[in-house]
Amino acid sequence: MLLEIRNLHVSVEGKPILRGIDLAVAAGEVHAIMGPNGSGKSTLANVLAGREGYEVTGGEVLYRGRNLLEMPPEERAREGIFLAFQYPVEVPGVSNIYLLKAAVNAVRKHRGLPELDAMDFLKLVREKLRLVQMDEQFLYRSVNEGFSGGEKKRNEVLQMAVLEPTLGILDETDSGLDIDALRIVSEGVNSLRSPERAFLVVTHYQRLLNYIVPDRVHVLAGGRIIRSGDRTLALELEERGYGWLLDEAARGQAAGQAAS
Amino acid sequence: MSSSSQHNIEALLKRRYDAGFVTEVEQETVPPGLNEDVIRLISAKKNEPGFLLEWRLKAYRHWLTMEEPRWAHVRYQPIDYQAISYYAAPKQKKDRPKSLDEVDPKLLETYEKLGIPLREQEMLAGVAVDAVFDSVSVATTFKEKLAEHGIIFCSFSEAVQNHPELVEKYLGSVVPYTDNFFAALNSAVFSDGSFVYVPPGVRCPMELSTYFRINAANTGQFERTLIIADEGSYVSYLEGCTAPMRDENQLHAAVVELVALEGAEIKYSTVQNWYPGDEEGRGGIYNFVTKRGACRGRRAKISWTQVETGSAITWKYPSVILEGDESVGEFYSVALTNNCQQADTGTKMVHIGKNTRSTIISKGISAGRGQNAYRGLVRIARSAEGARNYTQCDSLLIGDRCGAHTFPYIEVRNRTAQVEHEATTSKISEDQLFYLMQRGLAAEDAVSMIVNGFCKEVFKELPMEFAVEAQKLLGVSLEGAVG
Ligand SMILES: Nc1ncnc2c1ncn2[C@@H]1O[C@H](COP(=O)(O)OP(=O)(O)O)[C@@H](O)[C@H]1O
Ligand SMILES: [Mg+2]
Repeated sequence: MLLEIRNLHVSVEGKPILRGIDLAVAAGEVHAIMGPNGSGKSTLANVLAGREGYEVTGGEVLYRGRNLLEMPPEERAREGIFLAFQYPVEVPGVSNIYLLKAAVNAVRKHRGLPELDAMDFLKLVREKLRLVQMDEQFLYRSVNEGFSGGEKKRNEVLQMAVLEPTLGILDETDSGLDIDALRIVSEGVNSLRSPERAFLVVTHYQRLLNYIVPDRVHVLAGGRIIRSGDRTLALELEERGYGWLLDEAARGQAAGQAAS
Repeated sequence: MSSSSQHNIEALLKRRYDAGFVTEVEQETVPPGLNEDVIRLISAKKNEPGFLLEWRLKAYRHWLTMEEPRWAHVRYQPIDYQAISYYAAPKQKKDRPKSLDEVDPKLLETYEKLGIPLREQEMLAGVAVDAVFDSVSVATTFKEKLAEHGIIFCSFSEAVQNHPELVEKYLGSVVPYTDNFFAALNSAVFSDGSFVYVPPGVRCPMELSTYFRINAANTGQFERTLIIADEGSYVSYLEGCTAPMRDENQLHAAVVELVALEGAEIKYSTVQNWYPGDEEGRGGIYNFVTKRGACRGRRAKISWTQVETGSAITWKYPSVILEGDESVGEFYSVALTNNCQQADTGTKMVHIGKNTRSTIISKGISAGRGQNAYRGLVRIARSAEGARNYTQCDSLLIGDRCGAHTFPYIEVRNRTAQVEHEATTSKISEDQLFYLMQRGLAAEDAVSMIVNGFCKEVFKELPMEFAVEAQKLLGVSLEGAVG
């Protein structure tokens, strides 16, 4: 198993946000995480990427059999975990290409590979630019500074394509994208799909899943996965909304409590 | 920002000072203390003409009437001017070495360790160096090559011997000895420094640079630099500085004067890395420096670029007097204060000629308990029809125990003038750090990348070799074990 999350509990400022997540992702799979706003989707993504400010109060996460939660964020990145941010961050004065190069070389160094020389690096980046249909001039602009919402999301996918992660986590990469951008971004992700690689695709809408077809769909609500299924679950959610599932979950929980 | 990441950033800021070693050489120093005899002694040692001794003595007598300035946003223990030695020089076999072979190998080694090899075949191509060790210049490279173009590049002492008429004409013409307390002191006791003269119409074919090194303990360093760019000439000049780590504070009070005649351009770049003191604020250089340039003719241009990472205290306002019509003044500055460092730095742009233009870009970075003040004056005289100034002042705070302060002074006496001022203050955010670390960068590289990005507009003004150096230096200044 590439990623195994077992009974994960996470609090933020003393408030429980994730309340027992179990999830196993095998290499080659795409899992979609859906759920209403505030259900804990970004929290899960951030905890996996190692962001500070989250307190793990229970459970464990194994990545390639190793205790992920013990690894500092940069090591997770170098070990192949990539998070496409819901809100990509601006870094004024630092050009996109400079960050890309530093990132690629940090990963290569970690793997004992020599730094890419300027020519090979540029060749790699140009190839990936075509994939997300971005103009080369983006490389020389400051990271995310003055980018439109859609450009920021595309830039995240560009970075992911260049870094070729083992586990790609996309946090609402589809939100704020028009239909053309959505298709481009999805094609970018699809082209990265491979038997060694897995994706966790966090989304609010089933729309994205028409393009990136998931192997499994999980519904997160109130910090728990309340339902898992195949892609038809996403279609059902599209049709019926989350309400019925939440009601069912509430009934299930009440019954559970009554029984204990 | 959460307290743990706060802690991380602070750990990052524990700096390493690579230039902090001491060179064991036999020194010749005069005993501590300042009086007219000491000044006569310095002047005699340098075999100076009468006009210069007179000038020094006038400066000294004037200095006695002055008080140390107190208006800067810095705090320090009173300086005992009688406890300082005003002259220190490595002992030489002869008066002055004629070639590098006669220079003490220990001195050459010192500069090599600092990354400034003085043997020409090992040097950076295209950079001529004047190396000043404590009070004297130990070597100047590429002199002959420059002389072919009529360019004079030598130590100040040599210029006094060989070109006294130029020295007499321009010394004190931009910064008179009455200018301020530290300039008066410097004028009285200055020991050495660099001298440059570029003849009319000559474009200096290489970068000129001076590397200042304080080595001796309990001494002050008072160097004096004078650069004259004659009509239509161009010169780019670089200045670097380091000092050993010592627990006592050491005084450095330099004066730099630039004169650009009609159509001439001087680009003056500094990477200042004097010892900043330790984490508790022990030791470090007190850097009280007067730097000023005069654009004396039409379309003259003077551009100051400084990267200030060192010193316990920095008090420095490289300025431009825009006398000639259409002359241009520029000031690009990065000042970093970490631990207990304090900087009060900025510029003065004095517009006198018509259609004169000035640009000020100041980037202040404060970390630890560092205090960073920008102080700038833009003065538009009545005569300065159509003058324009643009000022941009950005502060970056790292952590929450440091401070950034901005003191802009604007005096406009001509209604056709346009003066623009923009200021921002920002913090390195946890979001930025996490974003970069999620891309595989170590925390310290992430901080360094954010800081370098913040300084980009200034770094692009530096000559190539220096830009790389400056980036590394900022990296080192912010470096440390991740806590
Ligand atoms: N840094 C934080 N401080 C306080 N509460 C937070 C923080 N981050 C997330 N939360 C809370 O955790 C819950 C889940 O948020 P989030 O993971 O962003 O949900 P989603 O991505 O599913 O919309 C929300 O109630 C949100 O307010
Ligand atoms: Mg979210």
